[in-house]
Amino acid sequence: MITKRIIPCLDVKNGRVVKGVNFEGLNDVSSPVELAKYYSDNGADELVFYDITASAEGRSLFTDILTKVASTIFIPLTVGGGINTVDDFERVLNCGADKVSVNSGAIRNPQLVEDAARKYGDQCVVLSVDVKRVDGEFRVFAKGGREDTGMEAISWIKRCVDMGAGEVVVNSIDTDGVKKGFDIEMLDAVCKVVNVPVIASGGAGSKEDFVTLFNTLPKVDAGLAASIFHFGEVMIPDLKQTLAQNGITMRIK
Amino acid sequence: MIAIVDYGVGNLFSLKSSFESIGAEIIVSGDEATIRNADKIILPGVGAFEDAAEKLRASGLDKVLISEAQKGKPILGICLGMQMLFEKSFEYGEHKGLGLIKGSVIPMDGTIPSDLKIPHIGWNALHFTKNKSELFKYISENDCVYFVHSYYADGCDDAVIATAEYGKEITAAVQSKNVYGCQFHPEKSGNVGLNILKAFCEME
Repeated sequence: MITKRIIPCLDVKNGRVVKGVNFEGLNDVSSPVELAKYYSDNGADELVFYDITASAEGRSLFTDILTKVASTIFIPLTVGGGINTVDDFERVLNCGADKVSVNSGAIRNPQLVEDAARKYGDQCVVLSVDVKRVDGEFRVFAKGGREDTGMEAISWIKRCVDMGAGEVVVNSIDTDGVKKGFDIEMLDAVCKVVNVPVIASGGAGSKEDFVTLFNTLPKVDAGLAASIFHFGEVMIPDLKQTLAQNGITMRIK
Repeated sequence: MIAIVDYGVGNLFSLKSSFESIGAEIIVSGDEATIRNADKIILPGVGAFEDAAEKLRASGLDKVLISEAQKGKPILGICLGMQMLFEKSFEYGEHKGLGLIKGSVIPMDGTIPSDLKIPHIGWNALHFTKNKSELFKYISENDCVYFVHSYYADGCDDAVIATAEYGKEITAAVQSKNVYGCQFHPEKSGNVGLNILKAFCEME
């Protein structure tokens, strides 16, 4: 049986891994290469590597760092941040990425999802969405969660999956950094409309939050988090043991 | 020296890096003489079967692979490269493969339970057939490897050396004498994957 995946997310700015609460107040944590190696050796099933400043400042990814990460670790690697064109896909795939995550780039030009899926395959295109509740609906936010696009999130996600997005990362701005659990209600709404892997992001504060996630929503394929892993508040091998003891299929060792 | 066959399909960076990390002497090449001189051959592949098979034929390397396989040289096909070892594939029509292993490649759509997501993407446990292949000498039953595919090899029971459970038993790895294939990506399967590549490197 296919396992549920635990995915540490490495937000990168100026070549260093950072993570802020609700995207504000960033802290320098560690080197991307060292952290990636550490996670790969310690049970991470996949890594997500975001250049979080790219959409705000138009900065392209540090491809040399990416190349170092991709030649050091041998688990699936997803790369995002500043992906606006098919050429951007090409650039990061050539550095060893397996999947490419699009967010603001897809909002500006939805055709990008379809063009990239046709060229590299659906499995290569990951839609990442920052979602926040506004006026009683789920709303898509752009530019690292700073700008309300006015678009309803569930229909946006469905539209992108129909165009070829092979996986969806749902990041709840409402629960991000709060550490009181994933946004079950939001994730459930997404799971009901798509049949591609859904990755939950935003809100994990403890091992129990992951148990609740996978037990409540069996259709969710993976849980993603950053600071609780980077600061050692939750150790991945320990987390996976706990999940396995709760009857959730995991890759152990 | 191990040659990774470069015929213009997919990115070979991770595959090359994974061999380098286990200390193997590795070269990525589309040159016939280089591939013939190599001790072992890796046939990679991503994307659509028809396109990849056409590119391999256009490069003339299909004949090189067939003759090197017949000489007894160890060959490992990975993902679509594994599927190309078979006689044919039914991915969008019917297309001819290298025919090094008996069997064909069929879609998951319609042959696995409809509630399962396609592609089969993620980590899944390997189950060995009763005679454990030399390819798996460093790994154990139930070790997980990383899959990304929508088609799988069928009608190749004699060659199956490992399966994975995804609604039914899916062919995960095959062997016919010196010709090996992995449906999964050993270069993306952590230490388990590296140990499979290491076992392949040590074959005579």
